[in-house]
Amino acid sequence: MTGVRLGKPWRDLDDAAVAALPGQLGVFQIGDAEGVVLELGFAGGRSRFGLRSAIAETAAKHERAARFRYEVTMQYWSRFEELLAVHLADHGELPVGNADRGDRRIGRIAAPGR
Amino acid sequence: MDFELTAEQRLILETVRRFVHEEIVPLEADLDPDASELPPHHRERLVAMTKELGFYGLDIPEEYGGPGIDLVTRTLMAFEMAQHRAGLYAPCYGVFGGAGLAQLYEADDDQKERYLHPVLRGEKRGFFALTEPSGGSDPARAIRTTAVRDGDDWIVDGEKTFISGADKADFGIVFARTDPELGRKGITCFIVDTDMPGFRVRRIVHTLRSTHYAAELEFNRVRVPGRNVLGEVNQGFAIANDRLSRNRIPYAAGCIGVALKAQEMAIAYARTRKTFGDYLSTRQAVQWMIVDNEIDLRTGRALTLEAAARADAGKPFRTEAAICKLVASEGASRVVDRSMQIHGGYGMTKDLPLERWYRELRIRRVGEGPNEIQRLIVARDVIGGSFH
Repeated sequence: MTGVRLGKPWRDLDDAAVAALPGQLGVFQIGDAEGVVLELGFAGGRSRFGLRSAIAETAAKHERAARFRYEVTMQYWSRFEELLAVHLADHGELPVGNADRGDRRIGRIAAPGR
Repeated sequence: MDFELTAEQRLILETVRRFVHEEIVPLEADLDPDASELPPHHRERLVAMTKELGFYGLDIPEEYGGPGIDLVTRTLMAFEMAQHRAGLYAPCYGVFGGAGLAQLYEADDDQKERYLHPVLRGEKRGFFALTEPSGGSDPARAIRTTAVRDGDDWIVDGEKTFISGADKADFGIVFARTDPELGRKGITCFIVDTDMPGFRVRRIVHTLRSTHYAAELEFNRVRVPGRNVLGEVNQGFAIANDRLSRNRIPYAAGCIGVALKAQEMAIAYARTRKTFGDYLSTRQAVQWMIVDNEIDLRTGRALTLEAAARADAGKPFRTEAAICKLVASEGASRVVDRSMQIHGGYGMTKDLPLERWYRELRIRRVGEGPNEIQRLIVARDVIGGSFH
């Protein structure tokens, strides 16, 4: 059941890597140099250039942003909610960039693989 | 059957139509095309408006504070409330309130105090768990989740799948087999708190519908107190069945609602888009698509209202509910498909709501009982002689 996590390898965050990203819809994580997830996000139907622009815009919000990883998916909304829930189950709190969710609930998913 | 609108109905529908047009549709310009929730400040503002209008909690029985509007009028309102991008699964983003889980109105006073009233106050959320990996269309045989008595409690073991809202719920209405020898008479309905040890949401099931997703659940020796049996032991199937029949009418109405909007869009586009020097609306190929849309819409609308009228009159409506669900879901799918065709490439984009309706309507032919099951219900009623 580890497939619910975003298991893709981290990539170094640099202009060339971001420019080479697909313009497709999907989900992603922005991490620091140690691999701590700073923000979970998605490239949805309003994104200008899909993952390419969404990752660039989200990374720009975090000074410590050093890495990223992503997954192409049309089901970006449910996958995003799933990744938030799994992160909460694994770490007991949301990434700093996702902390402000208003009164929206985060789903409870048992920490799979534990 | 006469469906001439009363003056009061006209006023209500005009109010709802204006609400959707002026309050809901403009907000969608800034939301993700797959969103099904409003930002909290907008939600609070619009809920206050629906309360002021006297339309909040439309499906709540009058004795529990609902506005006491009959089902025909609520069906007409549902046609209007679905006419926006998220309208099929999140009509008006829920700002008209929900009725909670209908089964809770059959609960005892203690259960109502602990579950129904908190749901109506917006303090608790529940889910309905019938379908299992072994199937959902034939629950009497497919349910393998068991509940075994242990003193005053029950021990629940098993799995459920395609359960909406379970990952964010406080409790669930869960059907389990309590007597393996009795078939449909051996199923009991339990209220299960999601903080009980042994309850686990395994994963989200990703489908064509990206929001309002479903989840896969595990029950591993979950101890449920005896006071959480809903209704009578071994009588759970009747509770499930009643809910399934009732839900088919609003389910059909939502399909018709988005299809009405798709047809409106198709006509507007055909009147303005030119090819080879003339408007699409002058081309017979396009005209016939619009005519076929209209036939599907009128058929689905009339059959849905007929089912609602029979329910309002206290007459049996199982057959009519099954027919309207299958006609509306299949007809609406065709309407949206034709409307996409008329829009050409734009019809496929997330700039327009058609592609979302297309994906979500596909689920409607399976959800709330696949259309083959609806045909089976009608066949049983017609051939078996219980059709009136």
